[in-house]
Amino acid sequence: MIQLRNVTKKYDKQEALRGIDLNINEGECIVLIGPSGCGKSSLLKSINRMIDIDSGEIRVFNQSIESYRVEELRRKIGYCIQGVGLFPHLSVKENIAIVLRVLKWKEEDIDQRVNELLSMTELPLSYINKRPHELSGGEAQRVGVCRALATNPSILLMDEPFGALDPLTREKVQLAFKEIQKKLHKTVVFVTHDVEEAILLADRIALMQEGKILHLDTPNKFMNLDKNEYGSDFLGKDYSLRLLKRFTLADLNLKEVRSFNSLVNLSLGSSVKDGLSYCLNAEQSIYFNDNNHIYELSYNDIYNFMQRINHE
Amino acid sequence: MNRILKNRVTLIYTLLFLVWIFQFDWIKETLLFFLDSKNTIVQRSSLFELAYQHSYIVLLSTTLSILIGLSLAIWVRLSRSEELKQIVLQFSTIGETLPTAAIIALSVPMIGYGNVPLVLALCIYGILPIVRNTIVGLNTIPSEVQEAAQGLGLTRLEQLIRIDLPLALPAILTGIRIATVINVSAATIGATVGAGGFGVMIIAGIRTYDTLMIIQASVPVIVMALWFDRVLRAN
Ligand SMILES: Nc1ncnc2c1ncn2[C@@H]1O[C@H](COP(=O)(O)OP(=O)(O)OP(=O)(O)O)[C@@H](O)[C@H]1O
Ligand SMILES: [Mg+2]
Repeated sequence: MIQLRNVTKKYDKQEALRGIDLNINEGECIVLIGPSGCGKSSLLKSINRMIDIDSGEIRVFNQSIESYRVEELRRKIGYCIQGVGLFPHLSVKENIAIVLRVLKWKEEDIDQRVNELLSMTELPLSYINKRPHELSGGEAQRVGVCRALATNPSILLMDEPFGALDPLTREKVQLAFKEIQKKLHKTVVFVTHDVEEAILLADRIALMQEGKILHLDTPNKFMNLDKNEYGSDFLGKDYSLRLLKRFTLADLNLKEVRSFNSLVNLSLGSSVKDGLSYCLNAEQSIYFNDNNHIYELSYNDIYNFMQRINHE
Repeated sequence: MNRILKNRVTLIYTLLFLVWIFQFDWIKETLLFFLDSKNTIVQRSSLFELAYQHSYIVLLSTTLSILIGLSLAIWVRLSRSEELKQIVLQFSTIGETLPTAAIIALSVPMIGYGNVPLVLALCIYGILPIVRNTIVGLNTIPSEVQEAAQGLGLTRLEQLIRIDLPLALPAILTGIRIATVINVSAATIGATVGAGGFGVMIIAGIRTYDTLMIIQASVPVIVMALWFDRVLRAN
């Protein structure tokens, strides 16, 4: 869907991209992660030609991006900029609908599309007439996401779209976004410097440093990175623990039991991390109820699971 | 509250202007307590006629300034060229530093006497505030707003119409207001080359040492300038 070949970019003297090779498949969510200034935004912006690259080639839909008229290319690609940038003089509705207006959509189609997008991002429909300055940071970011999705582009570029959300809303929006992405089968390039966000959303993570991609792999595989000092530093020594958030207790294939001591407040939908947290307070196994089935969970189950995904 | 106050002040200016123009005899009685009028020459034009000429000259020249000023600023914006911007600003600054009197004097040999050299001078004079304010207004649009508009695939023209101009509107209006107010008072000088307007009476008053006549024609100029200053404010 998107191919980058040996892409380089220099701002005056500052080298922002130093030979990027990246192949992004259709329907895949690639998360770019790395410290501030490593070139994440530059990589993203090179794809929709917000910046022009110095050398290398980028292909989108199997065509060089140079072969499109630049506005045409950008309209095929949804783009959430770092810093949202809502239009202050327009209502929420007009912000979302701006490209639809340019494309001369009918009023009732616009209304319908805007409502659809608002409910998808869990914003109240009553917000359509609000102005950007009346929104909280998190609401504004969600309106920004709606605006990028308005024309239903099959590619989405998102630059730290959930940066301003409080942890609880953030997790909710992340999960909602993951649902949307799986359902709509968008190809997504997502920038973050939050490791947990990367683990949760990514099909593959691209770990960047100083304009290069150091590692490109599934979140599971990054567990084995310990020997590489830079990577483990950035991803955190507790990477394995963070990884547990990506999986639910249903992934563990737990066995059902009939006898138990006392139940804890978990279900098959809870994350493995939550499960582990309960385990930390129990000497042996813990038990929980899901849909009138009782399951047993122990450290061993989690350990075995980690071994399995490690060698997948 | 502000709105009401503004409307009331505007109303007072309007009434004052109208009374002054149409019922000057009332005011004359009062003023004659303080001054003595010579009443030597018979006035050839009524105050109403002068007011009409004055407004006509100001509106015409300012409209031309707006057309030219906005076109220049939009051209600079669409080109996204820093060089062009500097050139345009430079030229309009030169237009500003030329004394109005000089422009008028220089254009008379070419165009002749009358309203035309005055309108030309005022028009050149009004371009700078409009160009400068429009360019500054367009420059102060937050960069993430511009990036978003660009990233959504709007062409430069679409960005200009849907985003840039609406956001720069208050600044543009300020430019227009400054140009208009300056031109209302600068227009009085046109009488020296045979243009109409309140200047005719002011010059006549100066020639005959008639203070009453000077006041009679100056006050409406001031009131008109204040009126435009009020009306052309965004809030
Ligand atoms: N317009 C620009 N002009 C000059 N240098 C730039 C410009 N944009 C980015 N850079 C430089 O290029 C490098 C990469 O910037 P980039 O914005 O891609 O980083 P990033 O990974 O997105 O960082 P962050 O996480 O802080 O957003 C940085 O060193 C930055 O200073
Ligand atoms: Mg960035």
